[in-house]
Amino acid sequence: MKLSAKIQDSFESGEPRRPGRLLVLPFALLGSTALNWVNQTGAAAIFLLLAIMRIPRARQLEKVIQQVYYIGARSTMIIMLVGLFTGMVLGLQSYHALVKVGAEGALGTLVALSLIRELGPVLTAIMITARAGSAITAEIGIQRISEQIDALDTMHIDPLRYLVSPRIAAAIISFPILTTLFDLIGILGSYVSGVWIMGANAGTYFYRVQSSVEMKDVTDGFVKALVFAVIVATVCCYQGYFAHMRSESRGAKAVGLATTSAVVLSCVLILVSDYVVTSLLL
Amino acid sequence: MDNPLIEFRDVTKRFGSLTVLEKVNLKIYEGEVTTIIGLSGGGKSVLLKHIIGLLQPDEGTILFRGQPLDRMSKKERYAALGRMSYMFQDNALFDSMTVYDNIALPLRETTKLKRAEIDRRVRARIEQTELLDAMYKYPSELSGGMQKRAALARALVIDPQIVLFDEPTSGQDPVRKNAILSMIAQYQRKFGFTAVMVSHEIPDVYFISNRILALYNRTIVFQGTVEELEDFDHPFKDEVIRSLEGLQQELTGLRSKRQFKIQYHASMKGSVPGESFTIIIFTLEGLDSVTSRLGHDAAQKAIHSTGLFIDKHFGPIGGFSTRVNAQQFVTMLPYSDQPESDALMLEFIKDFQKEGIRGIQGEAGGKMGDGCVELVVLAGMAQGNLLEKIESVIECARDRQKEIGRITCDTQE
Repeated sequence: MKLSAKIQDSFESGEPRRPGRLLVLPFALLGSTALNWVNQTGAAAIFLLLAIMRIPRARQLEKVIQQVYYIGARSTMIIMLVGLFTGMVLGLQSYHALVKVGAEGALGTLVALSLIRELGPVLTAIMITARAGSAITAEIGIQRISEQIDALDTMHIDPLRYLVSPRIAAAIISFPILTTLFDLIGILGSYVSGVWIMGANAGTYFYRVQSSVEMKDVTDGFVKALVFAVIVATVCCYQGYFAHMRSESRGAKAVGLATTSAVVLSCVLILVSDYVVTSLLL
Repeated sequence: MDNPLIEFRDVTKRFGSLTVLEKVNLKIYEGEVTTIIGLSGGGKSVLLKHIIGLLQPDEGTILFRGQPLDRMSKKERYAALGRMSYMFQDNALFDSMTVYDNIALPLRETTKLKRAEIDRRVRARIEQTELLDAMYKYPSELSGGMQKRAALARALVIDPQIVLFDEPTSGQDPVRKNAILSMIAQYQRKFGFTAVMVSHEIPDVYFISNRILALYNRTIVFQGTVEELEDFDHPFKDEVIRSLEGLQQELTGLRSKRQFKIQYHASMKGSVPGESFTIIIFTLEGLDSVTSRLGHDAAQKAIHSTGLFIDKHFGPIGGFSTRVNAQQFVTMLPYSDQPESDALMLEFIKDFQKEGIRGIQGEAGGKMGDGCVELVVLAGMAQGNLLEKIESVIECARDRQKEIGRITCDTQE
């Protein structure tokens, strides 16, 4: 509810008017929003913890492999496509910038470090969110509103173990692999635009890539991919799992809103956590 | 009476400011079919969800074999509720799985059975619920009736001790409704589970229920047998039962028991002392074998056809009929004496043997000839008058029943 509507409500409610009440109201709303946010974060953290505890259970391997296929294998083409064009545009822009200072030889260094440390993990996570994360929320949300999750409960099948844990495990496996693929295709894309189209030296390009990338850059990229995997899988599963508890709508509309929230929240959290992880790793 | 299997003590449930259940007290006994009746949106499904633990009461206690569920450890709770199944009103089948996988799911996920054993059990249930043709189809490819049967098969595949049915017949045609109810009754007798059912199908559910619980104004206002419900005097009867109970039974087109009684009393009011009436009882013997060999649909269609034939024959001459139990009909011919009734009965038997039997075979979709089953139709007649109780006249007619028709494989040829 908008602040103006809440203020209007407070006027129309039968509560006795106290002096200064209007002054307090914005702070009360801010407080309740903050408390709600803390509540949601806490609930999501417990949700994640419970789901992770259920990964090493019997009959989970088959489900994890299935989810790796849906989240990972089926995202391969889109990741390769995005990786290729990101690399190509990066190569093009970097070449134009470097040539101005006569440092076009550093193209390989710039492209490889940008992709491996930053663009690879972030863009991969965003693309998986758009492709698989939204599908996870919609699928779990529909299962929730059509009582399929309640049916699991009545059959004494733990819904967290059956639906959420395999997806979190699959995300943890898939994100670093897809990030690696993105990085490799991106470096090749940059080679195509920088070397083939713009005429940079091919040997220098690969020499710079090889000499400038250290193991720490690769592991830092992997750390980010793992953090993003946990964030995306948790947010998307959580939004779908509790789609029926949304106060603003019910049924199919609630699933739609949950899916939108999952994608938006995941993307925002990817970028925020990227900054936090980068500042911790540097 | 024995100790109850499940007991509610002052259970109250609220959703925000809305109170759905208020101080509900009820008892459910082991091995019985208990039906909860009440108006739509009255909280019947909410009550059922409390039994299986999907919802928790805000106040009050739910006891399982005398032990409060909320004080049980996780292990005790699993032991209590582990063999309980729930059939959802909208089936809650997994739409991304085939019918086979849906039914196999609880066995795959909660038991350590070998794949071959799971396959054997699942196929047995699929066969029993007549879903062989739909085994590898997805729920969206099935009719509403088939989806219900798939949900029923899934609920029964774990050999449950307690099965909760949330409106198992909603959205079905009269024949299919009764086929589902008869299927539930048959499995309940066969496997001996305790069935708790939420239903609107009055009076059809009376035929299969041992006990009725009436939910009215957020609380249970009646619990007892169907016979006890007849004598129950409460606004619930006027507002709920009479609104749910059709003037005619959907399946047979005959009058409901209550309508039959009203019409009987009206006839008796207008009669003079010494005037007699005739009661005829019809029984379909061998319905169980029709059910087991040809399926529930065929059995229900045979009942449907018999009811229609009786009404067609006796209705135009002032007779009125009702179905008294799963396989018996009673017809009353007011103001008729013995010779007149004998003549009417002889005429009925002649017509029944000529057309009725063919009608039953035709209604059952020609299925009677597909398997070697035998359905025997019995009829018995008795005279009564103002001074006699109708129950004793019905009993007398029941004792005098003899065969008036037989449908076998041979008659089909």
